Amino acid sequence: MYRGVTLLLSILLAVVASAADDATIKAGVFSPPRLAPDFSLSGSNGSELKLSTYRGKVVVLAFGFTSCPDVCPITLATLAQARKKLGTDGNELQVVYITVDPERDDAERMRAYLAAFDPTFVGGTGTAEQLDAVRKEYGIMATRKVVGTSHLYGHSSFTYLIDAQGKLRALMPYGHSADDYVHDLRILMAKKS
Amino acid sequence: MNALRRHGFLSLIAAVALGATAWAGFAPIQSPSREAVFEIPKGTWAHRMSGSKVEILPAEIRLTLGLSDILVLRNLDDVPQIFGPTLMMPGQSLRLPFEVASSYTFTCTAHVSGQMTIVVDPWPASPWARIRWRARQLST
Repeated sequence: MYRGVTLLLSILLAVVASAADDATIKAGVFSPPRLAPDFSLSGSNGSELKLSTYRGKVVVLAFGFTSCPDVCPITLATLAQARKKLGTDGNELQVVYITVDPERDDAERMRAYLAAFDPTFVGGTGTAEQLDAVRKEYGIMATRKVVGTSHLYGHSSFTYLIDAQGKLRALMPYGHSADDYVHDLRILMAKKS
Repeated sequence: MNALRRHGFLSLIAAVALGATAWAGFAPIQSPSREAVFEIPKGTWAHRMSGSKVEILPAEIRLTLGLSDILVLRNLDDVPQIFGPTLMMPGQSLRLPFEVASSYTFTCTAHVSGQMTIVVDPWPASPWARIRWRARQLST
């Protein structure tokens, strides 16, 4: 009887603690979280880039392009700063950055670009059709705009936070600080097991 | 005598108006919930497919820091929808808190225009801001 009550109380406490954690996340929280769609692209590290490869780590998934003049450099610099602030816990984080500009962003260009922020960041590129399919799965918008002889993209500026089980847990709008990322990533890392 | 009565009546109206303005400007502001909830009802996609123009969300959502600064989006339809900034599965919800006063524009297939703007106003600290906030509450 006593053991039963203790078990019930433990379950209740766990549920309440879980709900409280989600409520304090600074990003937008999905409920219920769905499994983040997997994809197969060319990785900037020379290997195939599959999201499922990083199961066991918390993933920040961002979309953009290396010629982006404003949103991408700020987001990637913020993420690099957040990873530094996480210290050794930063090893449990993987930043994945998928291009919306397959014309210019090949694997080598993405590797060089991302290394300027953090050499552990991995980029993903592929054919226009492959990248379209990934964007559709994640509800990402990208609009090509011709500027003189070149082009730019207007694109979704938020990032997704994916937990170690591969679930799409939250959406961090553009403009949040490295401290906000650290705050939310620590919560997701604590729920790893 | 009539002029005196009319003068007294106008003074009373002026006093009431002044009192109401003072209350609107200085009384503390409270909100029953910080969540502003918006839902895509079941059948929205089917209505769209049949050619109906279904507008289920205002083109502009106004939030206020500290009062109503958490946007809750729920997809109660049977199909995935780009709702606010993201793709949401049937039955899924997104709870998005805002901490910075600004104007946010999102793509949204739940809108006929395909776009949704969220204006996050700062906490109404001054009496004038409180009056404007209360006036806006009355008009919505």
